[in-house]
Amino acid sequence: MSDRDESDADPRAEQVRYDQARYVENGQYEPLLSEKDQTRVEIGASDGDDGDDSADGGSPLPDDLTRDSLELPELSEPELARHYTRLSQMIYGIDSGPYPLGSCTMKYNPKFTEDVAALPKVAVHPDRSERSVQGTLELMYRLQDYLGRIGGMDAVTLQPPAGAAGEFVGIRVAAAYHEHEGEGHRDEVIIPESAHGTNFASAALGGYEVVSLPSDEGGRVDLEALEAALSENTAALMLTNPNTLGLFERDIEEIAEMVHDVGGLLYYDGANLNALLGRARPGDMGFDVMHYNVHKTFATPHGGGGPGAGPVGVVDELAPFLPAPRVRSNGESKSEPGYELFDPEHTIGKVHGYQGNWLVLVKAFAYIARLGDEGLADASATAVLNANYLASRIGYEVPYEPFHHEFVASAGDQDAADVAKRMLDYGVHPPTTKWPEIVPEALMTEPTEVEGKGTLDRLAAAFNAVAAEDDETLESAPERTTARRIDQTSAARSPRLSWQALEPESESDE
Amino acid sequence: MHGSHTTGSPYAPHTEEDRSAMLEAVGAESVDDLFDIPDAVEFDGEFGIDARSERETRRLVRTILGRNDDLTELLGRGHYGYYVPSLVDHLADRSEFLTSYTQYQPEISQGFLQALFEYQSLLVELTGLEVANCSMYDAATALGEAATLAERVRDTSGHRVLVPDLLLEGRRSTLENYVAGTDLEVEEYPTDDANVDLAALEELVDEECVMVYAENPTVRGTIEEGLESVGDLASDHDALFVLGSDPVALSLLQRPADVGADVVVGDASVLGLPTSYGMGLGLFATTDDYLRQVPGRLVGASEDATDRRAFTLTLQTREQHIRRERATSNICTNQAWVALRTAMHAAYLGPNGMVDLAERGVTRAEDLAERLDDLVGVKAPVHDRHHLREFVARVDQPAPAIADDLEKRGFAVHVVGDHELQVCVAGVPDERIDPFVAAFREVIR
Ligand SMILES: Cc1ncc(COP(=O)(O)O)c(C=O)c1O
Repeated sequence: MSDRDESDADPRAEQVRYDQARYVENGQYEPLLSEKDQTRVEIGASDGDDGDDSADGGSPLPDDLTRDSLELPELSEPELARHYTRLSQMIYGIDSGPYPLGSCTMKYNPKFTEDVAALPKVAVHPDRSERSVQGTLELMYRLQDYLGRIGGMDAVTLQPPAGAAGEFVGIRVAAAYHEHEGEGHRDEVIIPESAHGTNFASAALGGYEVVSLPSDEGGRVDLEALEAALSENTAALMLTNPNTLGLFERDIEEIAEMVHDVGGLLYYDGANLNALLGRARPGDMGFDVMHYNVHKTFATPHGGGGPGAGPVGVVDELAPFLPAPRVRSNGESKSEPGYELFDPEHTIGKVHGYQGNWLVLVKAFAYIARLGDEGLADASATAVLNANYLASRIGYEVPYEPFHHEFVASAGDQDAADVAKRMLDYGVHPPTTKWPEIVPEALMTEPTEVEGKGTLDRLAAAFNAVAAEDDETLESAPERTTARRIDQTSAARSPRLSWQALEPESESDE
Repeated sequence: MHGSHTTGSPYAPHTEEDRSAMLEAVGAESVDDLFDIPDAVEFDGEFGIDARSERETRRLVRTILGRNDDLTELLGRGHYGYYVPSLVDHLADRSEFLTSYTQYQPEISQGFLQALFEYQSLLVELTGLEVANCSMYDAATALGEAATLAERVRDTSGHRVLVPDLLLEGRRSTLENYVAGTDLEVEEYPTDDANVDLAALEELVDEECVMVYAENPTVRGTIEEGLESVGDLASDHDALFVLGSDPVALSLLQRPADVGADVVVGDASVLGLPTSYGMGLGLFATTDDYLRQVPGRLVGASEDATDRRAFTLTLQTREQHIRRERATSNICTNQAWVALRTAMHAAYLGPNGMVDLAERGVTRAEDLAERLDDLVGVKAPVHDRHHLREFVARVDQPAPAIADDLEKRGFAVHVVGDHELQVCVAGVPDERIDPFVAAFREVIR
């Protein structure tokens, strides 16, 4: 751990130079599978063309129930191993370097969680008898219990396959609850302008009018605006806390009271829970329903976009509306104590064909069990320390404080998207850009707890190096990544969404 | 180096000196000073969760899951346990794939984007439709998304969504939730010997109908024989024809484009994921006509500054982060890594292997049905149809009792009626078939 004070003098001195892997063949990057091979297999009772590979030579089905042919690459295992290894080398992941993508909580994903999710006993079918999958049900029960304690919630469903799906469950639960109370006329969901896009989209999918709420000068919920927005038509207010600026909604108790006074429910978007573990719980703040982003807070891998899981916790009063089935202990009442599935009394039904992203849930359980109270609390404390330290080391202005696990800096006169592109050349993943819009040219930065001081210093050096560069450099960045700046307009103007849609000249000779 | 950790997150590399230096840099006495949480809502309790070493945690999970019985599963009905080659695990688990996120920065994510582009291309070939997205959560949510797409693209006053009476409860219920915020209403049409009852469907389809859904194979393993007619009925009434299927079935059965399907949904993780307690991968493909109404992420080809072909997420103005409440879907985090696995598994099989796998699903199901049919007190298959992977058997004795007895002998099957069992061969090793038939013979005695 060397002393990095010098980096202040010349931010570029300490930069990590990063040259990403790049394969070029005939003037193109790594060819598509389809450019390596295309084999057409004819299907049909009379077929004899496809050589030795098709053992039976003819289709067991009549021609009118089958397709005519299937044309796909036919490659050997070593060729595929090389193809996918090369592709993987053209990807930047958390294990490649810091990944401070704001709001996404890109933590290190502990390796051992992959091992537990690969245990042979994990691989069970969802239609097995309850008696024969007691282990699965017990793990789910324990995870429901862990999450309930962590969020201060009374009942938890593990079914939603991602955060947005959790929001949708919350919205559907709110609708069912209001309907049940004879308040089915409530047709509005209030959402702060600075909220994540999924909040709006989930409320709309549930059939609600979205009422968008401006922030106050300090970047928090404007109580007057909230007062004006609330009415007997309010079904719910969706909030994250800390909010997307990283600020704690200090008036949360008053907000909860205001929402409850008009008969609305308070929804907690759990995307930012990594700020609060062991220090504050949504349930104690007056939230009635929340989702957990286990792929954020509980370190399950993001997998290039997913899968995640978005369990939902609720207070007692809402438990009868949760998706079916849930898991409970059948306690001592039965001759064979164990776990069973049950349908909540007024369940909204299902939001996934089965029980959600089981493999992800196993990893989340293992992470929580590994860290325990102390580890979880330390994760949040360190995440907040890291965000504060990093912010103190970068030159960009951070207009809203005091932030917690993330901060939103402003790129000022620079274009935030260009700043991000240039940061790629310094071997770091850039922040989330241009959101929330309340900060001009936003750089939303969340280092998480997994970066040590040295890495944060190097990350700060990357920010500062880019801050010192001219627009021309930024606009032509990145230059050391696998691909150079990609033309977004061309992609959208003439969509080419499959190898079948590519121009013939860019395909291999056939 | 970091042996000084006694408490705290094992995944935070900080030493005590680091922490002090950092606190000093931000001008705080302690980390507590950095939190702006009012006392009234501060949590001073405990979760009561003990920290464990990695080894202890692994043992804990192994112990809990040890309570799952080892059974040979002859189970399907929407979730299949095909053998997944080692190549898929080893390469998909490369940490660049596993630990990256959505490709917001395509220049450093070419590998994943290309893999997803190849996945989309696989689905284009399988369905014959021009556009496939790079994943929905699962088959049930993909069906829900198809219905909301139908509502958006059909500007008739219609509100009816027709689904088969056989539809899996999980899919039906999820669909009901997805349409709860619209005017759509889900209605059943009858089936006849586990195929669409075309005459009954014809009666039901009218101008109020925005979508007709069918599956091939059906949930009872039967292969549909009248799909073209379903497609014609739907298009005659300006309704979308949505077809549910999966990559193995699509390798052999009629191509959706050839029977007039407008949208194909289903579980693509039939390839790529082993049995995973229902975790899946929502397949979603449609025609060019509905390109701008597609839910979820799309990977497209473009060029980079050196004019070389490069890949990027595209047409994002459909999505929630830009369009908010007017987005085509609320999906953000998806199932990209499962799509990667599916693409790898398909590439491993190649077209010959895929067709072969599907054909064996037909012949093995037929063979097993024949063997069960030879037993006294069993009729299999119940339906006079062609089957893929699975079939329903009628048993004279109560089905639940037989299933229980089979379970005691190490085999799991579905109970689908008082006297009906459903049996699936997908992923069941050949050498387990004889013992299964022997156990079946014993339990019906
Ligand atoms: C603040 C916030 N809310 C909700 C979501 C949606 O969660 P998911 O992507 O798991 O659907 C995200 C992350 O993507 C988020 O950052």
